[in-house]
Amino acid sequence: MNASAYIHISLIDLLIALLFVGVTALISYWQHLGLERDIAIGTVRAFVQLLTVGFVLQRLFDASRWYWVVLALAIMTTVAGYNAVRRQAGAKQGLFAMTTASIATGGAITLILVIGVVLRVRPWYQPQYVIPIAGMVIGNSMNGAALVVNRFHSELTLRRSEIEASLALGAPAREAAAGALRESLRAAMMPTVNSMMTVGLVQLPGMMTGQIISGASPLDAVRYQVVVMLMIAAATAVTAMTAAFGALRVFFTPAQQLSPRLELGRHWDAYTAEAKR
Amino acid sequence: MDDPVYAPAVELVHVSKTKPVLLGDSVTQLQVIVDVSFSVPKGEILALVGPSGSGKSTLLRMMNRLEDPSSGQISLFGTDISSLDVRELRRRVGMVFQTPALIAGTVADNVSYGPRLRGEDCDPGECLDLVQLERDLLHRPATALSVGQQQRMCIARALANRPEVLLLDEPTSALDRTAANTVLDLVCRLNREMGLTVIMVTHLMEHARAVGTRTMLLVRGAKVEEGPANAFFASPATEVGRRFLQGELSNER
Repeated sequence: MNASAYIHISLIDLLIALLFVGVTALISYWQHLGLERDIAIGTVRAFVQLLTVGFVLQRLFDASRWYWVVLALAIMTTVAGYNAVRRQAGAKQGLFAMTTASIATGGAITLILVIGVVLRVRPWYQPQYVIPIAGMVIGNSMNGAALVVNRFHSELTLRRSEIEASLALGAPAREAAAGALRESLRAAMMPTVNSMMTVGLVQLPGMMTGQIISGASPLDAVRYQVVVMLMIAAATAVTAMTAAFGALRVFFTPAQQLSPRLELGRHWDAYTAEAKR
Repeated sequence: MDDPVYAPAVELVHVSKTKPVLLGDSVTQLQVIVDVSFSVPKGEILALVGPSGSGKSTLLRMMNRLEDPSSGQISLFGTDISSLDVRELRRRVGMVFQTPALIAGTVADNVSYGPRLRGEDCDPGECLDLVQLERDLLHRPATALSVGQQQRMCIARALANRPEVLLLDEPTSALDRTAANTVLDLVCRLNREMGLTVIMVTHLMEHARAVGTRTMLLVRGAKVEEGPANAFFASPATEVGRRFLQGELSNER
């Protein structure tokens, strides 16, 4: 890879890029979309967040210590776990630890294989490889966990009578909810499977684009992309599976009953907080 | 009392239940069952009546542990049900719901669901005989049946587990008059011929009268009176019972 082959973006170039925001805001104003405020906030946030991350990553790369890398991975996983729950429409209590653990499981297994076996990165904690790859793995696992939790919740609500009938016949929760579990897993894995079908035809994945811009040969970038796609599929599958079994524990009681949290929806959090006091 | 020969099939001792209920936009702790005690001897049919929202279904659902009481004890032939394996409890105490809840697949899939879970053999045809459904229906999808047939299939499905007690939660309210009468006759016959203990929740007095050997009235989660069906319908022992039979208590909480 030739590091000096690509064009650097100066601060002045960045300011020029603000013209794009002007276009976006103008369309919003012109069409009365009422998004001007959000566009302004979004622009500032994008700047601040990315500059901060860039700064942190630069320090991380310079230091190149295994414990900083592990800390970064832990923070990424926790934020992902939180985000997976944030989109859940019903009660959130008890889900955060579960999604974080699922993402950690799916992420760790695939990351170890990719870093240790496929790429054979030495030393293993080289931030240049670990951080971007972990970012993709954790990001996709996060979506998988969120989809499982959301879909499982709505399937349980939808199939409630069928599930209670099965329970009443002596079925364990895992059996009574088998249909709901299957639908949740499918929902979590479909986006990854779909993107494997269309990759390269509709869009070039971000990582591949980045590698090509920074001077890698397209053939080399494509090999990375294949590894990444397969890795993401595996991470999503493992995370979804773990999250599905976690969700089973959250939404059913040990006595194989549907949890009352289903009926109370988002009010469940307030109720359990009240009950603890 | 521990002797299963003399112990009642089902016994409730000081059972209360408080549960969070969504009222408007806030959650309130509501006592839905208030200190209820009663027992059902083996081979009896108890009709559980009361205005809607009086806690009849909750009471029934606690007997196979779809819900648990907040306090008190429920026993099955003298054994505290919370000490039983919950899946075995549910095999022994069958339940049929208000609207026929179908499990995906054919009639045969539905009927043999319980035994199949435990890896046991089951002759679904024999179970259909018990509820007087034609054996040709076995390989039809369950959704192709009429609602009345579906409800009878649900009873057959519960019977496939060889239960000792059958809980019926408003089993006739989704059915038309003819289908409802078929189900009621069926329940009486199963009780008579198999000695099955039945507890049936209903808000229709004619249905309670048609099947119940005993009747219990529940109002606002509390037991108001209990006794032989004939006596209850002829002259209720309480003022609340009398008002209920005259239809003055309908739909209050």
